[in-house]
Amino acid sequence: MSQAYDYIEMKIPAKPNFIGVIRLTLSGIASRMGFTYDEIEDLKIATSEACTNAVQHAYKDNQGEVKISFGLYEDRLEVMVSDSGESCDFDEVRQGLGPYENGQNVEFLREGGLGLYLIETLMDEVKIHQHEGVTVFMTKFLEREQVEMDAKTLST
Amino acid sequence: MNITIDVKDINSTVEVQVKGEIDAYTAPKLRESLFPLSEQANVSMVVDLTEVSYMDSTGLGVFVGLFKSVRAHNGEFKLIGLSERLRRLFDITGLADIIDIKSHAEGGLE
Repeated sequence: MSQAYDYIEMKIPAKPNFIGVIRLTLSGIASRMGFTYDEIEDLKIATSEACTNAVQHAYKDNQGEVKISFGLYEDRLEVMVSDSGESCDFDEVRQGLGPYENGQNVEFLREGGLGLYLIETLMDEVKIHQHEGVTVFMTKFLEREQVEMDAKTLST
Repeated sequence: MNITIDVKDINSTVEVQVKGEIDAYTAPKLRESLFPLSEQANVSMVVDLTEVSYMDSTGLGVFVGLFKSVRAHNGEFKLIGLSERLRRLFDITGLADIIDIKSHAEGGLE
């Protein structure tokens, strides 16, 4: 696997109004790389969820920054979202993880906590590091590359 | 990157049209404008999402909250005009089995 890659890094104020700016940038990068419409939409949601977590949990008064970096490889896009805020209790965030179940009492349906579940569902690989803030590493592979590689293997 | 919320409220029948993106920035606006309406007794609330170009878990959270509030007031809550993308979001989170949703193909308001 080739290690050569292009690297793009952005920093936004930890405020929700800038998350849309990250989505626009991400769309541009991902479409240039050849991701499909659906894959780009998945990337947008996963990246926004990570930014939302950083903005909402990491800093108490929207002070501080969120760093978003993109590693553009031949076969994949790596997105890293990190904050250097006071680490939130990630176990607490994780408790809300997972889809809703049919037949759940309406009264007790939770109104949040789906962010991490969506990240893990929509991306191919997800790693979360917690050390002086939280960093979410997410990878999405270019399906087409995969197919082409398989095709080459088949033809030889 | 913004949101427009049009509301028609006639005798506890609330028709809402949302346009734009629903994310961490716009979701609070959506909640603020619709939540008071969801607290009317026997309210019937229909939200048309035909022109929503982006939505994530912050939007799902708002709709779950509205759904709960409407139900607590003996009302009915429905989401219509969902694109394939939005439909998928409700499917993978399991909400499609809980909240009454209709796809884009099944028609919107008007």
